[in-house]
Parts: sequence; structure tokens; C-alpha cells
Amino acid sequence: MDFRHDEDPLLFQETVRDFLTKECTPEAVRAIWESKTGRSPALWKKLAEIGVTGLLAPEEHGGMGFDETTLVLLLEEAGRAALPEPVIGTSAVAVPLLGEVGGALASEWLPRIAAGDAIVAVGHPVSPFVEDAHVAELLLLAQGEELHAVKRGDARITEQPANDPGRRIASVAFTPSAATRVAEGERARALLAVALDRGALACAAEALGVCDRLITQAVSYTAQRKQFGKPVGSFQAVKHLLANVKVKLEYARPVVWRAAWSVAQGSAHRATHVSMAKLAACEAATLGAKSALQAHGAIGYTWEQDLHLWMRRAWSLEQSWGRGSFHLGRVRRAVLEDGLPIGPGTTFLGGA
Amino acid sequence: MDLTYSERENAFRAEARAWLEANAPTVPLPSFDTAAGARAHREWEKRLDAGGWAMVPWPTEYGGRGANLLEWLVFEEEYYRAHAPKRINQNGIFLLGPTLMEYGTPAQKARFLPKIASSEEVWAQGWSEPNAGSDMAAITTTALRDGDHYVIRGQKTWASRGAFADWLFGMFRTDPASERHHGLSFVLVPLDTPGITVRPIAQLDGETGFAEVFFDGARVPVEHRLGAEGEGWSVAMSTAGFERGLMLRSPARFQDTAARLMALLRENDASASETLRDDVVRCWMGAEAYALETYRTVSRLLAGGKIGAEASLNKIFWSELDIRMHELALQLLGDRAELLREAPAAEGVGTWLDSYLFALSGPIYAGTNEIQRNIVAERILGMPR
Repeated sequence: MDFRHDEDPLLFQETVRDFLTKECTPEAVRAIWESKTGRSPALWKKLAEIGVTGLLAPEEHGGMGFDETTLVLLLEEAGRAALPEPVIGTSAVAVPLLGEVGGALASEWLPRIAAGDAIVAVGHPVSPFVEDAHVAELLLLAQGEELHAVKRGDARITEQPANDPGRRIASVAFTPSAATRVAEGERARALLAVALDRGALACAAEALGVCDRLITQAVSYTAQRKQFGKPVGSFQAVKHLLANVKVKLEYARPVVWRAAWSVAQGSAHRATHVSMAKLAACEAATLGAKSALQAHGAIGYTWEQDLHLWMRRAWSLEQSWGRGSFHLGRVRRAVLEDGLPIGPGTTFLGGA
Repeated sequence: MDLTYSERENAFRAEARAWLEANAPTVPLPSFDTAAGARAHREWEKRLDAGGWAMVPWPTEYGGRGANLLEWLVFEEEYYRAHAPKRINQNGIFLLGPTLMEYGTPAQKARFLPKIASSEEVWAQGWSEPNAGSDMAAITTTALRDGDHYVIRGQKTWASRGAFADWLFGMFRTDPASERHHGLSFVLVPLDTPGITVRPIAQLDGETGFAEVFFDGARVPVEHRLGAEGEGWSVAMSTAGFERGLMLRSPARFQDTAARLMALLRENDASASETLRDDVVRCWMGAEAYALETYRTVSRLLAGGKIGAEASLNKIFWSELDIRMHELALQLLGDRAELLREAPAAEGVGTWLDSYLFALSGPIYAGTNEIQRNIVAERILGMPR
């Protein structure tokens, strides 16, 4: 038992953090927001160069061959930078899904994703919308009990402008055929189940970084802003507001790490662990958004202040890959109906 | 990262489970804050110590088992799983013990640790004074040097376990000209010293869990000082770190409460609203999060890390989770929630009311949660004082 990350993932996290601090500044995020696609092929390409896009892809397909315990560290950095690129849909979900589907789909698309030359979107029944469908060359779409791979040109895509300009979603319609079908029945169900868990885990990891950044922004603003002759951050009411967010954050992080371990190991309780992580991290991030806004006061309520880059991210992560009510329902069924072991000593049962 | 137990850890769990199954009392002991309960708990501790299970992470020469902190977590899980008695000497084993390991001289360790492990000497805490609560640096009780003794004058209050303890550890002002957190020393005081009067205080639940302690020229040997003279504040902060951060409230305690709450929900399922059911599930998730965070902390400590200000995050988290779980239990009990155990209609109410009252003290003892939030804001987040 050792609940620490190895050195390599931690070094990788540092690299990604340094990269995003330089390349994904608030000004850069705003510029991408205002672009037509809301995505930057140049930034995606650079992310590929440091190994982020194909992190989970096997090395023979040009990837890094890491697992989800490393992925969550990098996605925390993506959240900290409010990175508006498809690291969740493509890197965290589509890559392993393509790997599991295997065959020509894997060998054609994985190297292109790893090289930063393609975006692949995933449409899952948990949401009526597909993120990044408008820029994806390939869409992996659920249709009933089947999974289909559809070229963008063969799908009807209706963009749905959303609250977070960094999240581009669309309704997607297509005509399923034998040519597009890649899995059906039990196999499709299993592929979609793990895809959902990977998507939710990725959102949780990003939410940690978003929450952390919201706290940092609020701490730094309230240290400078003076009222009554003192920094507003010296008032207990403001301190306690942000301390509460910190408590939520620090008790969400190990839940996310454990869920990453469970996904990587294919644990029997993978789905429950992921739902616990999504709930804990998104609750921390949305509390962070509300509290950081309050700590800023009116200036935080403006478009000009950068705070809303992370507030919007917190809200859109809550909307992605299953909202809180969905995940709470899964945990409730596991605990109250499906006999998940509970009590002292049960935390790591079914862990591998 | 490896979230599976090693063979050694599994073997340790099996050994602890077997011993506890064979030895833990099957009928709950009376509360250790009553005279009869204190006697029964001391007997239990003697048995635990004889089995070598009193404080597993301590070296064997001090009454421990030479286990590591991870194995201690496993032991705690088994201890709560067995519903074994609460630890009457928790001040000694969980707070003073680790502080002695860090600051004690070899002679002090040899003198005190084995008797802490066996609970032959039960310890009370002596922090608060009538005018020094959250503001602990306002301590005025003095311990002034007279040859090789300190002469103590003043008053401590809310001394946990004071009513039935043998010794008290606490902070005293050894430099009368000093202010705030300077000039304080950490001293170990036998409560039977002439000049000491202990007056038990009835708590909210009616039991005498804490006491006032009056010092009227009590003479204590200088060799009972822990750490350097005038450095008591740092020693006390180390004790507080263990208290808030790790040992006093191991996750198994709250996982056990969550499991019992879940059982109570099943018994009262028909009357429970959807919201109440969800709230119970959320509490279980909270207890699991606490367990996961504790495993993360222990992994860090085993790799050479230390407990710092983040102990305050822990204390806020477990104390508020504990209250929440008990509030939900009382909601599930409905009309019977207010009944004392002896009430004829009280069947099935268990100890929820008593432990609810105890849970309410959580955000107050070991430093109020308001103080903890200040620590989080100032020392972790770096907000201005």
C-alpha cells in the first residue's frame, strides 16, 4: 500500500504545468474563446509534442503508454489553466476506447491523435450533446445498444452554444449502418460503460485544478484589495469562506486518485469510485466558483476579470459526463441495493 | 502508487482480527467518564497491553509492537470493526505518546511510555484556562523554578479525563516576564501532588468528562519538563498536530458510524425520504474520503513527510462529518430521538443521542473550528493576518 505517485508522473505533471503557464495564459484562453471553432490547432499540436494528447495510447501507436493515475495529474493542470482543448473527450476517453475497439480504427486514429493531427469526439447516452463534434474528424457515437464510428461529413451537427465558451457542444444525428457499427450488444455496453467512467474521472481531475485555481485567484485578489484600511483577505468572514473550499478540495483529491487507480486496474468497484470522485471534485469546484466570486465582490461579476474562466469551467464540468444527480444515484444503488461492502477496513476491497 | 495491501499488511490484519475476536468485550463497557466505567476501561487496557496491542506503532521496549503507521491504520480498522471499547487513555496514547517520541529524553521515554501503553497511568490534558481558550497564548498559570522543582500556581480548565486521570500534561508559563507564546514550557504533572485540587465538571451529557484543576504551589520536578524551557509552544503544536491531524480520530471511527447509520436507515427505510437516504449516502462518502485522505497522509509520513498545518483541514472535516451523521441518525429515529436509554419506548434507539451530544463537542475541542479555519487560511492559503 502506497498512496503516492511515482516520480515520473510527478515530473510529467510539472512539465505540463510549466507548459500551460506559458502557453495557456488567460489572454490565450480568451483569444481561443473568440475564435470561430473555439479550439487552437497550434496549441493542440504543442500538447501532442509533450505527450499529452496520446498519453494513454500504447507506444506502438505513438503514445506514451501511461495509465489513468498519471492522466489525472495532467488533467488537474488542464483545469488550473482552463485549457480549452479536447483533452477529456479525445485524450481521456476516445484514445482508450479506440484501443479497446482495436483493429484498423486503432491503428489509423491513435497515431494521428498522438501526433496532434486529429480530434476524435465521443457521444455517450449520458448526455444529449457531444463535445467537439464540430472539429472532430471522427465521432464515436452510441446508438441504442451499439457503438458507431462516423466521419464528421457523414453526421448532421447542430452546434449548441453554451455558458462556457471553452466548451463547444453540439447535437449530432447520423444514419447508422453496418459500415459504421464497431460494436453491439454486451461488448458495446461494456465499452460505453468504461468510456463513461473515463469521461467522469477526467472531469473530476480537471475540476480539482479548477478549484485550486479559483482559490488562488481569490487569495491573491483579497490580499491586494483593501477596505476599511485593511486587505479584505484579513477578515475572518473571507478567510473562512475560502478555507471551506480548501477543505472540500483536499478531501476530493484522494477520492479522484483512488478512482484513477480503480479505472487503471479495472477494479470491481470502478463505477462507484468514479462517481464518488466526480461528485466530490465537482462539488469542490462549484463551491469554489461561488466562494471565489463572493470574495472578489463586484469585480468578479465582470467579463473583464479573469475569474469567470474558471467559474465557467467549474459549471461546465458539472454538466459533463453525468451531473451530480446521476452519479449520486449510482453510488446510492451500489451502497443501498447492490451490497457494496461498507465499514472499517472495506475502503480498498476489490481494489485490483 | 499501489492501493493494495501487502502480504505483511494482510497478515497483520488477520492477527489483529483474531486477537480482537477472542478478547474484545462482547457487552459494551459503561462510559469511561463514570467511576465504574473508568475502572472497567483500565482493566480492558491492561488486557490490550498484555496482548501487545495497546499502541502498535511504538517500539516494543515502550510497550508497542514495532508496527508502522499503516499497520496502525489497519489495527484501528479492526478495532472499530470489533466494536472494542473506546480508549480511556487516548490523551496518553495518541497525543502525549507521539510528543514524547519526538521531544522526550531517553529517561523520560523509558519512564512514561510503557505506563501510557498499559494505562497504568491515565492522562488528562491541561491546555485551557479560564481566560485562555481559543487564545491559548494567553496562558497565565505559572511554573516557577525553585531549585530542581517548578512551583505551579494558577488554574486549568476543561481538562479532558481530569476527573479519573493520574497525570496531566500541559503548558505553563515558566518565565513570568514573558508574553504570548514565549516563555511557556510543557510540563508533566502527577495529579496527586500536594497543592493540586481537581474539581470534575458535569458535561452536556451529565458525565464528568472534564475537570477544573487548581494549582496552589504544587511542586513538580524539573525533570518532568518535556522539551527545552521556554519552548513549550512548539512542543504543544506537535501534540496538537497529532491530535488534529492523525491519531486522535482515525478514519475507522467514522466509517463505523457511517455503517451503523446505514443500518439504521435500513431499519427505518419506510419512513425515510429520498433526500434523507441521499444524505446518508453522502455521509458514507465523506467517511470514505476521510479514510482515503488518511491513507494518503500516512503514505507521506512513511516516506519521511511531516504533519503540518494541514492537520487543521482534518479536524474541520471529521468533526463536521460526525455531527452530520448523528443529526441524520436522530432524524431517522424520529419521535424516539429524544428518548434516554432507560425510557420504556427506547428500544432500538441505541446510543445515538449520547453520541450526538458528544459529536457536538467536536468543533470545540482540540482547537475550535474557527481557529482551524484561520490556520487553514493563514498558513496554508497564505492569507494576511
